[in-house]
Amino acid sequence: MSGILLQIDGRQVEAEEGMTLLEAARKEGIHIPTLCHHDKLEPYGACRICIVEVEDSGRTKLVVSCVYPVEEGLIVRTRSEKIDRIRKMILELLLAHAPDAFGLQDLAREYGADRNRFEKEASFCIHCGLCVRYCAEVKKKHAVGFVDRGIRREICFVPEVAAKECWDCKECFPLCPTEALQAAFVLVEAFTGEKT
Amino acid sequence: MDTEKIDRIIGKHDSEASSLIQVLLEIQSEYHWLPKEALERVSERLQVPLARIMHIATFYKAFSLVPKGRHEIHICMGTACHVRGAPRVLDAVQDLIGIKPGETDLDLKFSLETVNCLGCCALGPVVEIDGKTHGKMSPSDTAEVLKNYD
Ligand code: SF4
Ligand code: FES
Repeated sequence: MSGILLQIDGRQVEAEEGMTLLEAARKEGIHIPTLCHHDKLEPYGACRICIVEVEDSGRTKLVVSCVYPVEEGLIVRTRSEKIDRIRKMILELLLAHAPDAFGLQDLAREYGADRNRFEKEASFCIHCGLCVRYCAEVKKKHAVGFVDRGIRREICFVPEVAAKECWDCKECFPLCPTEALQAAFVLVEAFTGEKT
Repeated sequence: MDTEKIDRIIGKHDSEASSLIQVLLEIQSEYHWLPKEALERVSERLQVPLARIMHIATFYKAFSLVPKGRHEIHICMGTACHVRGAPRVLDAVQDLIGIKPGETDLDLKFSLETVNCLGCCALGPVVEIDGKTHGKMSPSDTAEVLKNYD
């Protein structure tokens, strides 16, 4: 086996070609927090919480571990003052959207993120794309998708598809880091609301 | 909506999923919007999920999911046009046709949009109507030009 050797948090780690840093770390039992990652789905890199520091030929840079492929000789640090600071900031921004999100509370505590730092703009969705991607990649139903862009981007169920597929599935609900509230809410709206 | 017309547009692009945006653009220019039935037909024929079509149709400003007017007015609000008086031109147009940017009048005659630079700053203030560029526009010039459309 042509293993790739790299160092994660001071430990020598052997990984296979094509693995991501996140996978290599997890294989070794090294924990990196994630929000938008799911084992059954293609890497997405939306939430940035899995950010780590890598040192390559003497240079340090920040990369997103769930999409960054392993390389021979990399030195990876999954925690540092800088990383903690960045994760705290990311969490505070996400908390402005979903202040009570269950999936964010533990992380917020760990990184000392203040849910009140930024003015709240509760949209509940943190755009992790888990629901959208799960429906497309695993269920192949495409009942839910993103619409619009920038600050107006949101998830939206396609009423015709949802009416057929969602009632007996709802597998995306527990995936949502913001407690499926948004998913449930938008689903109901898609049925009762104005049809586009 | 005429399914045959939609099918013809789709057929022109060999029903290829990779031509999705081209197909949507043609439907947009034919109908001045993307009717839902058309999108459903495209989804079926190109084998692209409706959710993805909605994603694209809502992402690009060139597409509209509500009917647009027969004539599209774009008023440039870029810096150069702005300092040369574009806000006054915009006000005049709003008063004249009674709609705000992003809206369409009830007769489906005009749709109004602001844009952030049409790339010909020396001509500012610039007003573009149905793709035709009108430069150095004053509020009264604009009113004159709009009379030519029905
Ligand atoms: S609704 Fe939930 S799962 Fe879907 S993108 Fe938003 S936060 Fe993620
Ligand atoms: S888990 Fe890596 S960006 Fe979200």
